[in-house]
Amino acid sequence: MSINANIPEGPMADKWTNHKMNSKLINPANKRKFNIIVVGSGLAGASAAATLSELGYKVKCFCYQDSPRRAHSIAAQGGINAAKNYQNDGDSVQRLFYDTVKGGDFRSREANVRRLAEVSVNIIDQATAQGVPFAREYGGLLANRSFGGAQVSRTFYARGQTGQQLLIGAYQALEKEIQKGGVEMYTRTEMLDLVVVDGHAKGIVVRDMRTGKVSSYAADTVLLATGGYGNVFYLSTNAMGCNASAAVKAWKRGAYFANPCYTQIHPTCIPVSGEYQSKLTLMSESLRNDGRIWAPKSPDDAAAIRAGKKQASDIPEEDRDYYLERKYPAFGNLAPRDISSRAAKEACDEGRGVAKTGLGVYLDFRDAIDRLGEDAIRARYGNLFQMYEKIAGENPYKQPMMIYPAVHYTMGGLWVDYNLMSNLPGLHVLGEANFSDHGANRLGASALMQGLADGYFVIPTTVANYLATQKPGSVTTDHPEFAKVEKEVTDTIDKLMNVRGTRSVDYFHREMGLLTWDVCGMDRRKEGLEEGIAKIKELRAAFWDDVRIPGAANGINMELEKAMRVADFLEFAELLYIDALNREESCGGHFRGEYQFTSESPEVIAGKTQAGEALRDDENFCYVAAWEFTGVGEEPTLHKEELEYEDIKLAIRSYA
Amino acid sequence: MNSSLQFISTFWSSSIGKKIVVAITGLILTLFLAGHLSGNMLIFVGEHAFNEYAYFLHHMLHGAGVWIARIVLLTALVLHVVGTVQLTKMNRAAGQSYNTDGTQRSSFSSKIMIWSGLTILAFIVYHILHYTARVGNEFNNPEKYEIMLDGHVAHNAYKMVIDGFSWLPASIFYIIAVTLLCSHLSHGVASIFQTLGLRTNKTEKLINTGAQVYSILIWVGFVSIPVSVLLHLVK
Amino acid sequence: MSTLNLTLKIWRQAGPEAEGKIETRKAQNIPIEASFLEMLDIVNQQIIETGGDPIHFDHDCREGICGMCSLTINGVPHSKEVGTTTCQVHMRKFNDGDTIFIEPFRANAFPVLKDLVTDRTAFDRIIASGGYIDVRTGSAPDANSVPIPKEQADWAFDAATCIGCGACVASCKNSSAMLFVSAKAAHLNSLPQGQPEKDKRVLSMVRQMDAEGFGNCTNQYECEAACPKLISADNIAKLNRDFAIASVKEAVAMV
Repeated sequence: MSINANIPEGPMADKWTNHKMNSKLINPANKRKFNIIVVGSGLAGASAAATLSELGYKVKCFCYQDSPRRAHSIAAQGGINAAKNYQNDGDSVQRLFYDTVKGGDFRSREANVRRLAEVSVNIIDQATAQGVPFAREYGGLLANRSFGGAQVSRTFYARGQTGQQLLIGAYQALEKEIQKGGVEMYTRTEMLDLVVVDGHAKGIVVRDMRTGKVSSYAADTVLLATGGYGNVFYLSTNAMGCNASAAVKAWKRGAYFANPCYTQIHPTCIPVSGEYQSKLTLMSESLRNDGRIWAPKSPDDAAAIRAGKKQASDIPEEDRDYYLERKYPAFGNLAPRDISSRAAKEACDEGRGVAKTGLGVYLDFRDAIDRLGEDAIRARYGNLFQMYEKIAGENPYKQPMMIYPAVHYTMGGLWVDYNLMSNLPGLHVLGEANFSDHGANRLGASALMQGLADGYFVIPTTVANYLATQKPGSVTTDHPEFAKVEKEVTDTIDKLMNVRGTRSVDYFHREMGLLTWDVCGMDRRKEGLEEGIAKIKELRAAFWDDVRIPGAANGINMELEKAMRVADFLEFAELLYIDALNREESCGGHFRGEYQFTSESPEVIAGKTQAGEALRDDENFCYVAAWEFTGVGEEPTLHKEELEYEDIKLAIRSYA
Repeated sequence: MNSSLQFISTFWSSSIGKKIVVAITGLILTLFLAGHLSGNMLIFVGEHAFNEYAYFLHHMLHGAGVWIARIVLLTALVLHVVGTVQLTKMNRAAGQSYNTDGTQRSSFSSKIMIWSGLTILAFIVYHILHYTARVGNEFNNPEKYEIMLDGHVAHNAYKMVIDGFSWLPASIFYIIAVTLLCSHLSHGVASIFQTLGLRTNKTEKLINTGAQVYSILIWVGFVSIPVSVLLHLVK
Repeated sequence: MSTLNLTLKIWRQAGPEAEGKIETRKAQNIPIEASFLEMLDIVNQQIIETGGDPIHFDHDCREGICGMCSLTINGVPHSKEVGTTTCQVHMRKFNDGDTIFIEPFRANAFPVLKDLVTDRTAFDRIIASGGYIDVRTGSAPDANSVPIPKEQADWAFDAATCIGCGACVASCKNSSAMLFVSAKAAHLNSLPQGQPEKDKRVLSMVRQMDAEGFGNCTNQYECEAACPKLISADNIAKLNRDFAIASVKEAVAMV
């Protein structure tokens, strides 16, 4: 199996054009002979399924939700980037490309990012034509805002519901193709395994979540658009059902898993309130445009607030530490996500946290309300303020909001080449499920861009490069491999049902989450990770020994569904820790406590960065870590894809 | 011809189509009520004016006018009743109820539309038998109810009304029916605007208030007649 | 941290064909900061620990946007809270000692699959019948080539915020899907991009809605009150109007 990224020849700016020219074509009459399986119906999956069907392929699309419209892309609030330069503020494809590579802390594959920036403009056109109601100015043209650490206004948005509106656009396109007969949709159907025939991904085994029936589907290629693995932390901003099972199963069948340690922590979530908590809610980053983040300077004040003896308004201006503005004067409250998150953690570690749990800082709109008036703030963020009030039970117009970082997005994923194909031929991976575009950290408003770029514009071209080498319909579910995998799946289900232990699935999930947050959260260290690897093995053993799944395997059984996902997470978590342990540097969403700038570092003395910032090791770690499965609990094999920067010069990612 | 029949059948069998028919027929009946009431108010002007009005109704367009009106109204009524009964049946079939009542917005009137409507229908039948077909009474007896009006023979509708309402049970049924009519209209008139697509959030208040005022006017107007008769205010 | 003790009256139904019934269950020591679904999680943990079958309910994002959560609280979809989904209802809205009825969304077009889980795929079929703008990927003109007045765009947006949860159907005395259908129709019909397919869209969506067995709108606006996204019943008026116009045009074309 190769780790050839298949990056096209030529100058960076021409690679995608050249690649499209050199890609194979399949004639229209033949397209309808090819079957394509798409797993997942979020932005990447729905857009891919719809577009491939428009091209004439026969598509089967699967999702675990009751409707493709519910995929978690729907929850993205802030916006979608595109290098339209409608604002005439100096944006360009090249700048978006540069910003994304820099934002990713120079750990992404240049050619993919360049392509992403290029097709970003087409996405906006496509979505607008579909009727996605992007915000407009009074002149009737599209509005933009600056978002998530960008110095140009290139973010298109639809109030606080950009993900929802884009997903509905893609969903409607998908439904249109379902109506026309090009897509068969399977809802409430969960992929439980990948079927590999003669080294090629040729099908999947699924469980109908209504009846419990396990069955197989064959195709000429399989596309996974199954999202990220954030729920390995139990508490995250992901939906409850988000899972890594499809990716983990693909990994166990031979696909490499790349850079799992790159996990993004979002700085503006509503803090945890108790142990019953099932998920965390994100407040759009756009709030940072007008809100100022601070913590009390003195731990005593913070303690008084936690005890309910003082309120935010009791802390005079001179006793407040607007730490982002202090440390990063150029970007201030808009500093990138990883930097903002870590700064919040630092403040809380110093005992200056303000939420009851000690884990929370203020996001204060007092000054913005004084400057612009409450109505203007309501017009901008009304729905977010309302949401905060519903959840936290406090009026954010009167009291500053409390926020704390939470796991939000995972940059790592299945390894793919420039064609979005895994090392496992026939397996394509799209959207958050792949690793390719965001490097070690994703910029705000780039997830939607990537999902739709992959689905609408990349895969429809690149999938032909694989399909053209295949005889359509060469593998059917009659192949013995399908029966074999199906049996493995039903055996696993039987095994789970027969544990009949004493502890619920949620118990194990929560334990895994706490452990993962502890050893592999915002500050990772060697000892912790090693300890984590030992503990996760124990937890996995305990799970298989003592989990209790009530009910039966036939019919709806949500505990069984959760158990299967958690079982996969328990295997994946170990890989996550191993990758984090292997990467002895800090970059983007991966921060190793041992590797940070100190006040003695020459770069800090020269004023290029600050103490406490991530210290990359370009000499030894400028590579993609692609892990090959070797057995549950076994050390996976590391394959390195060296990252070569042709266009962009490696630099300290400075936001000072 | 075939295609227009097909159109009518498709339109009628679609949910919105049927409701549009109900709304338009409802509008016709509503407007009829306004006309009917303003004519009836002549009873307070006096016997002569009222009988003249009745004579006019029966002789306009050489007597064809009243029949045109009757046909239009009867068609509207039949369509309105058949449409609503069918819709109600479909609605009953579509839904299930909860173990607790979670009603938040529906008015009482809106919930009893089918019952108020059917009672009004029964009343209309009675009302027509009573004053139009004049069954089971002597209102067709020329000896009692024929008069000379401006030189020609006319029916003494004025006396018929007074005699009719002097019988207490008839007046009571009449008042009950008009009260249900008022309830029916308070939801129905506003619904006409919604179903015909004429309601917006800007006009919502106006339409709702208008419907209330209209139904109260109808109630006051129609109820005033039997009450005045019973109280001998009109003799 | 203050807690609540509640009596739950929950609809239990083993499967689509099974007979359902209301089951009474105590929910004890529920923290007021918990969300309604977290309260059910806590109850389910207790059920699992004591060997029972947990209460099945649909949920996913738990932040009020995916539209998956679908139960009724005291007969009202997503509870009486204005503009809120079930997952965003918090227990601080209840009082100690309350009895709460929890039932599935009820409509024949939304058959119960298990307990509080219903099948709402009828909505997908309605969208498939015409709830889209048919634009082939890659064929779109520049996004700024068609300016849309802000007011018009905002109006379309208000309609577009529908999350497809089905609360409108569940709250309707007639199980009508008019608010859902009209919101999608209004979103697309009010934009310039949506004009070419406007008539076809309205006719197909309404016909599909009828075929799915939803009831009719009797203008009681329960849907508007229950909608977690506060979608206006004005959209229904617009749908009625658009339907009438489209029907007449269709008739003229036929003759």
